[in-house]
Amino acid sequence: MKKAIILISLTILGVYLIDIFTGIGFGTQHFASGVKDAYLIGSKETLKVSNVVTSIVVNFRGFDTLGEVTVLFLASMALGGILYKKRHDVGERSVLFPSTRIVMSGAKLLFPSIVLLGAYVFIHGHLSPGGGFQGGTIIATGFLLMLITYRNYSVSHNRLSYVESFAGILFIGLGLAGYFINNSFLANIFPAGKLNDLFSGGVIGIIYVAVGFKVAAELTGIIYTVLHEKD
Amino acid sequence: MIYLILTFILILLMIGAAVYAIWQKDLLYAVIASGIISLLLSIIFLILQAPDVALTEAAIGVALTTIIFIIAIRNTVRFEDEHDKKIKENKIIKPEEQ
Repeated sequence: MKKAIILISLTILGVYLIDIFTGIGFGTQHFASGVKDAYLIGSKETLKVSNVVTSIVVNFRGFDTLGEVTVLFLASMALGGILYKKRHDVGERSVLFPSTRIVMSGAKLLFPSIVLLGAYVFIHGHLSPGGGFQGGTIIATGFLLMLITYRNYSVSHNRLSYVESFAGILFIGLGLAGYFINNSFLANIFPAGKLNDLFSGGVIGIIYVAVGFKVAAELTGIIYTVLHEKD
Repeated sequence: MIYLILTFILILLMIGAAVYAIWQKDLLYAVIASGIISLLLSIIFLILQAPDVALTEAAIGVALTTIIFIIAIRNTVRFEDEHDKKIKENKIIKPEEQ
C-alpha cells in the first residue's frame, strides 16, 4: 500500500516533469539573443578560455563559486563539530570484513592513478570538461578507496585543515587582488595568454587549482570523520 | 536519431532501477540501484553535451553518495542479526520451546 502510494506520487511527479521538459525543446534555437552572446564571445576573445562553462563559473559568476565553496566548508565543519567527541580515540577502525590481499594490492596500485586523474581534471579545468569540484571529488574518491581498504590508514587532520585554509585564503586573496587592481571582485589580474594554452585565462587556472585542493581536503575530511565514528 | 533511442533506453533503465530501489527490501541492493541511476544519468548528461555536469554526477552521485550510504547502512544492525543475538542471550524464547 505504502509502496503503491509512493509509486503513484512519483508517477504524477514524472508526468509533470515530462510536461515541463517537452515545453523546453532541447536542441532548438530558442535562446536567440540575450546575455549568452556576451559570455560566449567574452570567454573566447577577452579571457582566452576554451571551456565556456569554466569561464562562467569561475570568472563571470565567480562570486557564486565562492558561495558554493563556503557552503561546502560549512557542511564539513558542521559534520566535524557533531562527530568531534568521537575523534580523539582514533585508532584502528572496526571493520566487518577485513580486506583481502588482492584488494589491498589493487588499491595501492590504483590510488596514485586516481589522484593523478583528479589533478589532471582540475589543472586542465579551463581546457577540457571538469574543474575544481570534479577533480577534488575524484581525489577524495581515491582517499576513500585507501581508507576503506586499509584499516589503519590515517590522514592527518591538521594537514587537511592547513591545505583547506590555504586554498580558501588563496581564493579570497585573488578576489581581493582583483578588487584592488581592477576595481571588481575576482577580476582578472594576470595576462590572458593564448587560446588552448595551459597558461591561459589568467586567474582562472589558479583559482580552479585552489578550489580542487579545497574540495579534495574537505571531502576527505568528511569521509575520514564518518568512517572513524565509533559507536 | 540513434542518440534519441539511446536516451529513451537509458531513461527506461533509470525508471526500472528506481522502482527496484523502492521495492527491494535489502537496503544495500537499494543503494546500489540508486547508484546505477546516477551512472545512467551521467551518460544522459554526456549525450546532452554537458560533460562538466556528467563528470560531477559520475564522481559525486556514483562514488561518494553510494559509499556514504553504505557506511550508514554498515553502522545499522539487520533485523535478523538482532533477533539471533537476542535468542543467543535467551531474551526471546524460541517458538518451538514454548
